[in-house]
Amino acid sequence: MKKYTVINTPVPNIDGIAKITGRAEYAFDIKLPNMLHGKILRSLYPHAKILNIDTKKAEGLTGVKAVVTGKDTLGVKQGIWRRFKELCDEEILARNKVRYIGEPVAAVAAVDEDTAEEALDLIEVEYEPLPGVFEPLEAIKEGAPQLHEHAERNINVTRHIEWGDVDEGFKGADHIREDWFRCSSQHHVCLETHNAVASFTPDGKLTVWTSTQSHYYIQVLLSWVLGLRENDVRVISRYTGGGFGSKFELDSAQFCSSLLSMKLFRPVKIVLTREEEFMATKRRTPMFYYLRSGVKKDGSFVAKEARVFTEGGAYTSMGATALYLTGFFQSFPYVWPSYRYDGYRVYTNTAPSSAMRGFGAPQATFTAETQIDLIANDLGIDPIAIRRKNAMYPGYEVPGQAKIQSCGLSQCLDKIEEWIKSRGKLAPNRGIGIAAYGFMSGGIFNWFDTPYAFSSASIKINIDGKVDLYVGSQDMGQGSNTTMAMICAEELGVRVEDIRIHMGDTDNCPVDLGAWGSRETLMQGNAVKMAAAEAKRQIIEFAAAKLSPNIVYDLDIKDRWVHLIGRPERGLSYFDVVKEAIRGKDGQPIIARGHYTPHRKGMISPAYSFGVQAVEADVDPDTGKITLKNCVTAHDCGQVINPLGVEGQLEGAMAMAAGYGFTEDLPMDEGKILNPNLVDYKVLRATEMPETKVMAVETYEPEGPFGAKEAGEGLTNPTAGALGNAVFHATGLSIKNLPITPEKVLEALREKNNKKRRARRA
Amino acid sequence: MEKQLLRLTVNNEYHELYIKPKKLLVEVLRDELGLTGTKRGCNTGACCACTVLLNGVTAKSCSVLAVQADGAEVTTVEGLADGGKLSPLQRSFLDHGAYQCGFCTSGMLMSATALLNENKNPKKEQIKEAIHGNICRCTGYNSIIRAIKAVVEGRYKEEK
Repeated sequence: MKKYTVINTPVPNIDGIAKITGRAEYAFDIKLPNMLHGKILRSLYPHAKILNIDTKKAEGLTGVKAVVTGKDTLGVKQGIWRRFKELCDEEILARNKVRYIGEPVAAVAAVDEDTAEEALDLIEVEYEPLPGVFEPLEAIKEGAPQLHEHAERNINVTRHIEWGDVDEGFKGADHIREDWFRCSSQHHVCLETHNAVASFTPDGKLTVWTSTQSHYYIQVLLSWVLGLRENDVRVISRYTGGGFGSKFELDSAQFCSSLLSMKLFRPVKIVLTREEEFMATKRRTPMFYYLRSGVKKDGSFVAKEARVFTEGGAYTSMGATALYLTGFFQSFPYVWPSYRYDGYRVYTNTAPSSAMRGFGAPQATFTAETQIDLIANDLGIDPIAIRRKNAMYPGYEVPGQAKIQSCGLSQCLDKIEEWIKSRGKLAPNRGIGIAAYGFMSGGIFNWFDTPYAFSSASIKINIDGKVDLYVGSQDMGQGSNTTMAMICAEELGVRVEDIRIHMGDTDNCPVDLGAWGSRETLMQGNAVKMAAAEAKRQIIEFAAAKLSPNIVYDLDIKDRWVHLIGRPERGLSYFDVVKEAIRGKDGQPIIARGHYTPHRKGMISPAYSFGVQAVEADVDPDTGKITLKNCVTAHDCGQVINPLGVEGQLEGAMAMAAGYGFTEDLPMDEGKILNPNLVDYKVLRATEMPETKVMAVETYEPEGPFGAKEAGEGLTNPTAGALGNAVFHATGLSIKNLPITPEKVLEALREKNNKKRRARRA
Repeated sequence: MEKQLLRLTVNNEYHELYIKPKKLLVEVLRDELGLTGTKRGCNTGACCACTVLLNGVTAKSCSVLAVQADGAEVTTVEGLADGGKLSPLQRSFLDHGAYQCGFCTSGMLMSATALLNENKNPKKEQIKEAIHGNICRCTGYNSIIRAIKAVVEGRYKEEK
């Protein structure tokens, strides 16, 4: 019999019919009887005291049902790092002070959106503007305007990581390079903007339909800020129109609609506009990066020092995690005998920066991989060779941080090297750049302070063999429901169509921390596998009486066939056995549970994905325009569960990460985002996509379900670096300031030509 | 503002509605007719999640006043399948994993449908051009392009 019948077969996402026929019901589509519509009034100032808010006129407008301000709240300073009080610093409706343009100060519920919008204009807020500070390197200076009383010099969080003797390491280096980089911000641009429909009923129960990556987090955070019992809050999120890191913190739509509904006992719906989405739903963390690296003549790495100042924006949000992860992944995916990282997250009067796909690692990978190519160039070493020389390997321990179990990095390098060779000699102004990367498969840290298992799943098998699988994970398009159905089907020995998945409802689904940090395949996957194994054990017990194995472990189920492992032709139909089993259990369905919490697996993650990406691009020397030609990725995600899913994740991540590399940016003037719309904010379009190719390098990850690990988020890490290196190899220019726009390329070209001219004159 | 009569045929069904003249087509489709398959991603005509066919031609329903569509025939994503029979593009989108979060999918399918209505044999560049306006943040477009191409190559026929 084949080893696997489901794993590693291409399965289209199981919610496909709903999505291609327009039937999928997002929170955005929910319409309840007697529902009102809400709008949120946001600060126009980057930094100001709120002296008074007068809502009388707004309340008097026909059609307005309620207005709420900070005074109507419990005044809770909330945050997702619940374990650390000083990092919970954000009031959802500001009471005394606003700290960024777009911060919510009031909300209105009215009979329709137009009326609510009109009412916003009638709310009179008296502000006392305060001096603002917008750049981390300014904000950290003595005497800069201070955002929060508790944070001197606006330092929000600091992080230090160190191993080996760095200073001694540098002494032994033959070559030392220092570089400064600026990593820009990026917006998630989920097609479904943040929204919520909240319905509070006289029995004290609140139901919130919303677009989220973690229904559990939202349940807990809402109950906290509203003063409700955790399980009197029900969060439902059946479909999520994109997340990418923007949808697992409490957002203004969820909070304001709940507050209004609690006042009115009527459902209230709030949908953020695209402009609000840009202004006030968090974004990728901009970073100033200093790197100093010491290497031997032959390219061996000896010492590295990294210092980072991040533009935190007004509140902590998930930025503290990004600060740690960027420091950790700065060393990736290499063996650095000594390494020192100091990170500072600095408050600024800008929209809070937080989690976005890659979570600090794309910044780390861009800076590290750019510098490695510069070092290779300094020493006259091939970019592949220098990476191979220092690559992480199975069994390597990152001192004090992590143990690498599976690692296919060197196979990935081989595949990419082969592909580059196949390209032959490149046309002028064309270059191929590479970047190597790694990423985690879910975080070990528990700053949210949950007492639950990190992931849980339960299974109920019905009389016709149909399996109800209850998961806590959240499918937001990445396909985790399909992955979970496949893992369940494989382990239990049935087919994907035998599984009916239940997701996105705190009333019915077990707790899982949600879809972020590449958690689902490994963590939720392990919980599902455990539940499926337990259900299978119950079925096999009943089959044993008929099949008479020496011991029950001699039996297995594959593709709906319960059989003797040694003699697979001797068996029984899964369906018949299930029927018998349920009869034998007093008529009760078969029920099983599974859970997963990582333990004794280091500081960061139980497993790491690896890969190498090559980007081939043209640079037009007259306009500075970059055109992507090819993007080839060799990726080690352990055992591939769903090749169709991996391909989709890879191409999607590449498009998003290429945007980060050369088209997407959030320029600001005194804290005001200048391009909060989809015309001026340039995401990649179909016409800009290069040819893409995925080469899976299969390894077996002992900690993952069937040997699987992360395959979605880490793919966002390499592209900006590979793209930058392609520009470097095409033109000799290394741009250290993201995004690599035509203007920057032209400016660098001009400078290079001037230098040449000056040299000729001299 | 006085309401106006709007006569609209949507997915071959005739409707008469009284609406405020400022109502957008997307609002009428979603809020009045309950056809929530058509999405709204930006309300400024920049993302094309709201694409529908207006008299057979693509239109961004967030940039069309409903009254401008008076007397018109509109096709939305709900009108692509014939009962239980999915359109060739829908089947191909399924097989190629040409959707992830699904929020752009309706608009994407409508743009692709319009392309194939007009041109039975578009080249790859023309396929890309046809969906250039449709933003997809999940897939990176290539699976969508492959799905459309597969239909062009005749691998998905109309179900009889």
